[in-house]
Amino acid sequence: MSEFHRKIERNTIRFVLAIIFVASIGGIVEIAPLFTIKNTVEAAPDMRVYTPLELAGRNIYMREGCYACHSQMIRTLRDEVERYGPYSLAVESQYDHPMLWGSKRTGPDIARLGEKYSDAWHVAHLYNPRDVVPESVMPAYRWLLRNELKIDDLPGHLRAMRDVGVPYTDAMIENAAKDAFGQATPESDAAAGVTERYGAATHMRAFDGNAGRLTEMDALVAYLQILGKLTDAAQKTEQTKIGE
Amino acid sequence: MIARLTVAERQSALLILIVMSFLGLAMAVAGRGTPFGLHGFLVIAASIGVGIPLLRKFYAPEPNPAQFEQYYDDPTKVGIVLAMLWAIAGMFVGVWVAALLAWPDLTIDAAWASFGRLRPIHTSGVIFGFGGNALIATSFHVLQRTSRARLPDQLSPWFVLLGYNLFCIVAATGYMMGVTQSKEYAEPEWYADIWLVIVWVVYFLIYIRTLARRKEPHIYVANWYYMAFILVVAILHIVNNLAVPVSFGGFKSYSAFSGVQDAMTQWWYGHNAVAFFLTAGFLGMLYYYLPKRAGRPIFSYRLSIISFWGITFMYMWAGSHHLHYTALPQWVQTLGMTFSIVLLVPSWASAGNALATLNGAWHKVRDDATLRFMMVAAVFYGISTFEGSFMAIRAVNSLSHYTDWTVGHVHAGALGWVAMITFGSIYALVPWMWKRETMYSARLIEVHFWLALVGTVVYVFAMWNSGIIQGLMWRTYTDSGTLAYSFIDSLVAMHPYYIARAFGGLLFLLGAIVGTYNVLMTIRVAKRERAQSDGGTDVPSYGRDPVLQAGE
Amino acid sequence: MHDMVVAFSKSWGLFYLIALAVGVVIYAYWPANRAGFTRAKNSILDKDDRPWS
Ligand code: HEC
Ligand code: HEM
Ligand code: HEM
Repeated sequence: MSEFHRKIERNTIRFVLAIIFVASIGGIVEIAPLFTIKNTVEAAPDMRVYTPLELAGRNIYMREGCYACHSQMIRTLRDEVERYGPYSLAVESQYDHPMLWGSKRTGPDIARLGEKYSDAWHVAHLYNPRDVVPESVMPAYRWLLRNELKIDDLPGHLRAMRDVGVPYTDAMIENAAKDAFGQATPESDAAAGVTERYGAATHMRAFDGNAGRLTEMDALVAYLQILGKLTDAAQKTEQTKIGE
Repeated sequence: MIARLTVAERQSALLILIVMSFLGLAMAVAGRGTPFGLHGFLVIAASIGVGIPLLRKFYAPEPNPAQFEQYYDDPTKVGIVLAMLWAIAGMFVGVWVAALLAWPDLTIDAAWASFGRLRPIHTSGVIFGFGGNALIATSFHVLQRTSRARLPDQLSPWFVLLGYNLFCIVAATGYMMGVTQSKEYAEPEWYADIWLVIVWVVYFLIYIRTLARRKEPHIYVANWYYMAFILVVAILHIVNNLAVPVSFGGFKSYSAFSGVQDAMTQWWYGHNAVAFFLTAGFLGMLYYYLPKRAGRPIFSYRLSIISFWGITFMYMWAGSHHLHYTALPQWVQTLGMTFSIVLLVPSWASAGNALATLNGAWHKVRDDATLRFMMVAAVFYGISTFEGSFMAIRAVNSLSHYTDWTVGHVHAGALGWVAMITFGSIYALVPWMWKRETMYSARLIEVHFWLALVGTVVYVFAMWNSGIIQGLMWRTYTDSGTLAYSFIDSLVAMHPYYIARAFGGLLFLLGAIVGTYNVLMTIRVAKRERAQSDGGTDVPSYGRDPVLQAGE
Repeated sequence: MHDMVVAFSKSWGLFYLIALAVGVVIYAYWPANRAGFTRAKNSILDKDDRPWS
């Protein structure tokens, strides 16, 4: 009897191991090489990291589920390149933890949205899309103007990002809250440090049109205006893969 | 039900609840005033909510030992009811988001009620709430009957069922408060993910321990599928959710992966969530309840084995078909496409096996709406896997990707396959569990069947049309070589289809409500009857057809 | 190193596929297994009102 039991147990374990083995091969074979690679991700020496304000905006983008309707991945197809701009390169999302490529275009792709519209357009559009585009089915995000942006925990966010591999410096982490404030309040003392740390090309302005208050709208619009602008590798790369 | 736990089990349950209350308290304190803190209170409330009925029966005498000679079905019963309630909730939100795409102002000016936060409530509500509860409930049932052994103890199944539902509630309320990782089908944040791992390990151990106690030497094929579901979902869940929390007192975390590696990991996860959550587990249901209900053995046992290993092996390669023409290296895309196409073979082998089982019993299918649910499910399984393999071809995917065609494919599988096989199995299981000859009303099953079928067809055709129109409009050129339509043009063209989809979905939802009513009434009537007599045996009422199948 | 991994991935996937398929078909059609399978598929239709002791 105990012999019988031992055999049955052995069968169960063997069966479990067989499933694990058979099922693991596919993932290992496809995913592992992506990590051993240098050339999956192109070199882009000019690539910069998100400022704390942009990172906060990106988190709002995730929180509101914008990714459910907007992709950020222009495919290597002629019509997409003509409609949206140069196709997306892997390097452009190398600091995106997680990526926001999306899988559904209820709204248009926004991988190259940065600087396409004015800040005021975005604020009006997010406040009520149908004021700007009458046919739109995008939700209205009125609370973004009402909600003050939470910035005191930003150093922790940058530190966590550094833990997963984004090259934030100690100075960036330390000053994260101040930099978020400074980027949207260019007249303040806090502004100088932002360009020093993140480059002279950083957008410095009151994104929601009101310098007196730092709102979630400031952060989200700052993020939208940087989309596709962290590097110009895509503009410089010849678009050779189209339609293959 | 609680009095049927042994005294030792009640004590352990109380201990677990106390530990959980303290964990909840720690969360509430650490995350004061944030969603994390609110989730702490939720954990406390859930622990108390379970604790009160427990304490009221805490000093009840030890249960009658005769019960240990029977199967343990209490968690299955509760799981069935929970699955039906989640179905209504998840599909209600589905109809709501469908309506929002047709009439975007059909909501209030509150963040939680906007499309982007409601949509994951829909997907998690139906997949994890409805599908997950149905899988847990049926798996406990199938596992015991095919092993001829009782569950190893009475506490761990409750831990799995209730712990899992806690996960679902934390997930859904989290989305409303903006707590999300934004990874499709893996939106819950790190603390919910860790909790699910604990629940899942216990679930796996129940399976292993019961199989080790089995009296039947052969493990019936339905259990293979349930096992694969449990094991592979664990692997996928752990890998895809690797993340670094900002702090242990807040909800936010940052994914360990980024960019192209994250995309591949996410869709390796996403596609296999489809394969092992929405397919393997439900195939387990199919391979048990369909032969059982039809009173005929599965057409070919060999075929079921071959398709099992085919599905287990090949699905894991197919994830990259979600990333055609993107920045993912092309060889990975090609590999994904190849395996997706070959995948049609085991998929159709399963669908064909199910239909061939019914061959010769068509009169039963005609008369019995429960069996018809299962048959239609097998047909839609065939349709959606054919469609999936087709859409995995790069050239086809260049048209279908990003459009409503994908949504049509999803719901051909979700409504036609997942929901139909679940309803069929539940209608087969409920009389059995509550020891009645039949459901409360056969007519209402019939009504549910037609609402579900018409709803699915309307939904899927609307999305096929809108998806293909959308895809074509995006790539149409004028004679002078410029793009013919603006994005807004395509958006306007979708409007009638969005209305049709909302209507089809509404029919499907009504069906689910009718079904829930029928289940609850069956339970009520059964209770009343039981008060009069003292229970029957466990035999399902469907007649056994002893004729063996030709061809084996 | 990377080239090696990629080459391995590209070629061995299909090799595994075929090897596994052959293995499974042999198992499924192994004559000695036949009786067991027939018994298994009929077993769920037996009366199963309580666990076997
Ligand atoms: C229900 C789906 C949906 C959601 C959710 C959604 N959008 Fe949109 N979005 C659309 C549609 C449809 C359009 C096109 C019509 C328009 O311009 O309003 C659009 C357009 C846009 C545009 C203009 C793009 C261009 O190139 O013209 C921006 C910017 C935008 N959305 C940002 C956002 C942000 C930020 C969020 C999250 C806070 C969001 N959207 C959420 C559907 C959505
Ligand atoms: C009452 C029935 C239902 C209705 C009205 C409905 C409606 C919807 C809507 C409107 C969307 C969003 C589509 C978009 O963003 O364009 C959606 C997405 C989704 N639904 Fe449903 N749904 C229903 C039932 C179900 C069921 C039963 C399941 C699963 C078992 C399911 C699984 C999904 C999934 C996985 C998605 C995400 C699709 C994607 O990202 O491509 N739905 N549904
Ligand atoms: C042989 C089987 C199948 C194959 C090869 C397959 C293939 C595909 C493909 C190519 C896509 C589109 C990816 C994209 O362009 O973004 C897709 C999406 C999807 N399929 Fe399938 N499919 C199969 C079966 C199923 C079944 C049975 C279901 C059950 C419900 C299902 C659920 C889904 C879901 C939920 C998505 C949407 C993912 C998302 O974008 O959010 N699939 N599938």
